[in-house]
Amino acid sequence: MLASVNEEIGVENDDEDLAPSDLEDPVDEPNRIMPAIEFRDVHLSFDDKKILDGVSFVVRRGETKLILGRSGGGKSTTIRLILGLLKPDSGQIFVDGEDITEHSEEQMVAVRQKIGMVFQEGALFDSLSVYDNVAYRLHEMNVDEEEVEREVRRMLRFVDLEDAIEKMPDELSGGMRRRVGIARALVGDPPIVLFDEPTAGLDPPTARTICELAIKLRDLQDVSSIFVTHEMNNVKYLSSEYATVNEEGQVIFEKEGEKLCLINTEVIMFRDGKVIFSGSDERLRSSPDRYIQRFITGK
Amino acid sequence: MNPLTKFLFELQEISILIWRSLSGLVRAPRYFSETIRQMDLIGVGSLPIVLLTGFFTGGVLVLQTFPTLEYYSIQSEAGRSVATSLIRELGPVLSALMVSGRIGSAISAELGSMVVSQQIDAMRALGTNPNRKLVAPRLLALIFMLPLLTVAADIFGLIGGGMIASALYNQETNVFIMSVRNGISTADLVGGIIKPLFFGLIIGSVACHKGLSTTGGTAGVGRSVTNAVVISSIWVIVFDFFLSKALQVILDIGRI
Repeated sequence: MLASVNEEIGVENDDEDLAPSDLEDPVDEPNRIMPAIEFRDVHLSFDDKKILDGVSFVVRRGETKLILGRSGGGKSTTIRLILGLLKPDSGQIFVDGEDITEHSEEQMVAVRQKIGMVFQEGALFDSLSVYDNVAYRLHEMNVDEEEVEREVRRMLRFVDLEDAIEKMPDELSGGMRRRVGIARALVGDPPIVLFDEPTAGLDPPTARTICELAIKLRDLQDVSSIFVTHEMNNVKYLSSEYATVNEEGQVIFEKEGEKLCLINTEVIMFRDGKVIFSGSDERLRSSPDRYIQRFITGK
Repeated sequence: MNPLTKFLFELQEISILIWRSLSGLVRAPRYFSETIRQMDLIGVGSLPIVLLTGFFTGGVLVLQTFPTLEYYSIQSEAGRSVATSLIRELGPVLSALMVSGRIGSAISAELGSMVVSQQIDAMRALGTNPNRKLVAPRLLALIFMLPLLTVAADIFGLIGGGMIASALYNQETNVFIMSVRNGISTADLVGGIIKPLFFGLIIGSVACHKGLSTTGGTAGVGRSVTNAVVISSIWVIVFDFFLSKALQVILDIGRI
């Protein structure tokens, strides 16, 4: 996920080793070659409106794909298709190598076990406490209550909300609800996580917290993810910072720089249901396309 | 879409919803505790208004019919007229309409709110089938509790009728009771329980379908609630006619 740029620019390597971290090194396993998510020429229309028009892309293992685009451009629809909440009109969708295009609701249950979904407003069950929300999947599977409590506390510690364990959703702020939604999505350690505009409507510090959680997942737990957003700040955080663990065991965030650059985060941009850009954030910023420049700069 | 096509489409959707919800009961998970909770909310929660409805319906039946019966010197049959009206018709229908207003609106509002706040999508994403978790317990609770509520309404209706006959028309209570006993048959009682079974299915399926098909945000929730109550009420009344005729033929009800 990180690459040394020294060779590219002809600078001699330092003799220092890279700082030890809990980053999972990419391992040469056959299943790492298989993409986590793949769309092949997917089309979808609602009534006469084309939502997705021949969309194709791949999310590799351990990669974060940032999906940008204007409202109504097909970004959230893409997420719903991966979860099987919608079916495409044509094309194919693969999750973890499995073609889910024609899967029934029963068949999708097993696929959804591998996917965690973070909804735009959190989508917490408002009649259940934070504990019961996060424990939801485990309660459905009739897991022993001691193990449920352990797992729930672990997830809430990850999102730094263990103190809110007994609260009800209407007692939480917007940012806290999103974080509980993330904790709920991560129960069971799914290898794929989908974020549907998780920072919409949040203040910048809280949005930054959400992005840090996504960075932690990518870099410390090798999760493959799709992060739907239309906020360029999120693109900046996710494509230029990485998480690592210092000698005291604390998670710290560092910027990619002269020695290291992120290669496991790419950007896709949608326009009117088509993919008009796919590549790194550097290429996005230097794209000559006027639509893309207007989207990035807001002018 | 023209009205007939729309009607047939809605009928198809509701039929599929009923099938998917009830056929899921043959295997786990079955959500037994959720079903019990719904039975409490629907049955125990609706008891006060159903008893009130029954009591005053019985009272008003006596109020309206006693003078006419007295004109023909058959006021001793007041109990029979109240019992047959209540048990065959008014008890099941009025109980169903009360429950449609109270429970049908609550179910469609709850499910509609869950749809617009993406809780239904979250449920599916977390591996739960909403038909099994949400719809089936509500359908079962309504099918089971509405007949019991109807029986309770009938009993209170007879009590109300007896009290009015005694208080306003000085009819002896045992005359009223004997008239009730002579006026109803086993077939009447069976028919009076069969109707609420169907009414419970109608109210539950219409309310769940309207809730789960909500679109358009909070305004859409309001529309779903209104549609759920109106449509289920109309269907109860229409079905009542055809059920009554069918029960007359099958159970030989209504022939003197």
